[in-house]
Amino acid sequence: MTFLTRLTAVSAFALMATTATAQTDITVAIQLEPPNLDPTGGAAQAIDSVLYSNVFEGLTRFMADGSVVPGLAESWDISEDGLTYTFALRSGVTFHDGTAMDAEDVKFSLDRARAEDSTNAQKGLFADIAEVTVIDPQTVEVTLSQQNGSFLFNMAWGDAVIVAPESIETIASNPVGTGAFTFTDWVQGDRLELTRNDAYWGDAPALETATFRFISDPTAAFAAVMAEDVDVFVGFPAPENLPQFEADPRFQVLVGNTEGETILSTNNQMPPFDNVLVREAVALAIDRQAIIDGAMFGYGTPIGTHFAPHNPDYVDLLGNSPHDPDRARELLAEAGFADGFTTTLKLPPPSYARRGGEIIAAQLREVGIEAEITNLEWAQWLEEVFKAKDFGLTIVSHTEPMDIGIYANPDYYFQYDNIVFQAVMEKLNATTDPAMRSELMAAAQTIISEDYVNGYLFQLAVPTVAQAGLNGLWTDQPTAAVDLTGVSWSE
Amino acid sequence: MKLSFYIGAALTALFLALAALSFVWTPYDIQSLDIPNKLQRPNATYLLGTDQFGRDILSMIMMGARTSIAVALLAVGIGIAAGVPLGLLAAARRGTWLDEVIMRGNDLVFAFPSLVIAILITAVYGASATNAIIAIGIFNIPVFARLSRGAALPLWERDFILAARVAGKGPARISAEHILPNITNLMIVQGTIQFSLGILAEAALSYIGLGAQPPTASWGRMLADAQTLTAIAPHTALIPGCTIIAMVLGLNLLGDGLRDWLDPRLRVDRT
Repeated sequence: MTFLTRLTAVSAFALMATTATAQTDITVAIQLEPPNLDPTGGAAQAIDSVLYSNVFEGLTRFMADGSVVPGLAESWDISEDGLTYTFALRSGVTFHDGTAMDAEDVKFSLDRARAEDSTNAQKGLFADIAEVTVIDPQTVEVTLSQQNGSFLFNMAWGDAVIVAPESIETIASNPVGTGAFTFTDWVQGDRLELTRNDAYWGDAPALETATFRFISDPTAAFAAVMAEDVDVFVGFPAPENLPQFEADPRFQVLVGNTEGETILSTNNQMPPFDNVLVREAVALAIDRQAIIDGAMFGYGTPIGTHFAPHNPDYVDLLGNSPHDPDRARELLAEAGFADGFTTTLKLPPPSYARRGGEIIAAQLREVGIEAEITNLEWAQWLEEVFKAKDFGLTIVSHTEPMDIGIYANPDYYFQYDNIVFQAVMEKLNATTDPAMRSELMAAAQTIISEDYVNGYLFQLAVPTVAQAGLNGLWTDQPTAAVDLTGVSWSE
Repeated sequence: MKLSFYIGAALTALFLALAALSFVWTPYDIQSLDIPNKLQRPNATYLLGTDQFGRDILSMIMMGARTSIAVALLAVGIGIAAGVPLGLLAAARRGTWLDEVIMRGNDLVFAFPSLVIAILITAVYGASATNAIIAIGIFNIPVFARLSRGAALPLWERDFILAARVAGKGPARISAEHILPNITNLMIVQGTIQFSLGILAEAALSYIGLGAQPPTASWGRMLADAQTLTAIAPHTALIPGCTIIAMVLGLNLLGDGLRDWLDPRLRVDRT
């Protein structure tokens, strides 16, 4: 063979090699960086976005369509009285540090989450657990104090993932789970890296490495995607730029549902919002379509209550609060505020809040309510609004799935205290019959809608912008997650 | 008079007129949003197009001119009101400890980048137009203090001051009656320059969300709001951007021209 033909053969081979093997690394961008890496101890949604299903798994798990399927528990038996759940765990599952995942770990995780001093952000998920008993290494029995129809659903949350006592000390900076990816590195303020877990019990993922980047600035996000610095952006912050990506053959745009009910949260204990007439007036002053078009460029579904429209149990209650500024003015006059009043409108950083806030302030001004806008960073918002409850109005998206239960907690930041509603929720938690549950959920939705607890705006849409060759990304966000286990590049 | 002076004066007059006109009339009401008409290109109905909420950009520019001019004017006012007396005092007491304290205090304020301190002030006391005025105003104080001291020092050596002293006038009266009138021209020139810097600082603070809060119109915030819209509606960014450039350029040209005309030092050179 002459040198030239050898060279051609080699380069032809090289060419074949590059075309035949698909890329196995990915750079994912999300808006916010997680403050720590412990999904069972921190409230930040970003923790789950990075780690859920990738690094940590629970007894059950959410699929892309929101269904709950077996996770680390292969199967389960529910006793006749609905109080005892016996989980059969998968065999051969190990944590990333090599220790085996067995019934002791499940007991440890659940007991830790529901302990008195637990910092778990969703302790309510575990409230009904009376006892966790280890039967044998592969079997664990959970006894409930009362029936709980959503127990298996609760166990799928990112806050209920299984952790190991051996690695719990350092979980916040070095998470060790059972998932398809192991945590490798976290350069704070820059990136977080995951590597494929070759000892994974399930199907091996197609990707070998994954890098998460955190870009909250909409302009920087646009530039990063356009320059192909990132392969996929989950929760792209500038909806106005989506048509441009849609028109570009290099990219695909997925617009999915989230569990994010975006609401004009109202401080129900602060006068004049303790008066239902005033709250109704606020609700009638709002023009949802204008907010969706103006703040979200048309992406979003109007809601009339605190419930996701794609949920089969959703009740359309938009009729309770049509846009009717004249009626709103009448109601205000009836409540004794014929000349209107002044209140505060505190806005966290996302564009749905900042832009939506300007629109709502203008709509409220039309009926005589002067809402003074204050823009806050997330940390300030959590401090002033969420903890200190020092606000009149605020706009925020509640992204937890099926979270109507927050209305039963009078200490929750919007401070809605209604014993009828609390009774309905109590009954719902103790009911397992699906038809009965639907009825109770409808009743709960109707009560808060007719009480105008908050201004119900729209269901947040989540836009994902990805390179055209990527497959297997979640379109919807049934829970905050960027599940990479099924993601692959087409060849 | 140079051509550039007339251009500067014309630009400045235009924006002052727009701001004054906005008190009585704007093409549209910017308080009410008109979402269906958002992001329109400049056309016959909306001369400069509409923004992301369907507000008329021309009206926004007019209202924004009011904010910018008010903030910059008050900030320069603070600088002159506090800085000039300090400078005159330092000059009158030149060489004493008081002079040292005033001038080193000025150096201290000068040592910090003005915008960083402005961010600090608005971060601590909350973002508002008032705090922006205070923040920008504080940084005008040393500018005027130093300039007035520098201009006053040589005057103190002049014969007419000596005459005034012989006539029995104290340092305070001399500063007010003889020194101040002789440095007024300089202060006017510097005031014009600081005014343009004030416009720029207000726009910068509003751009990062620390200036005037919505619904008060502000050029800087218009620019910030338009940031992600540049690809689909470039006019939303170009118009406030060019407005800021035109206003600052106009004031600088005006200041340059005024200096040629008013500055006594340059006047001596010419004769």
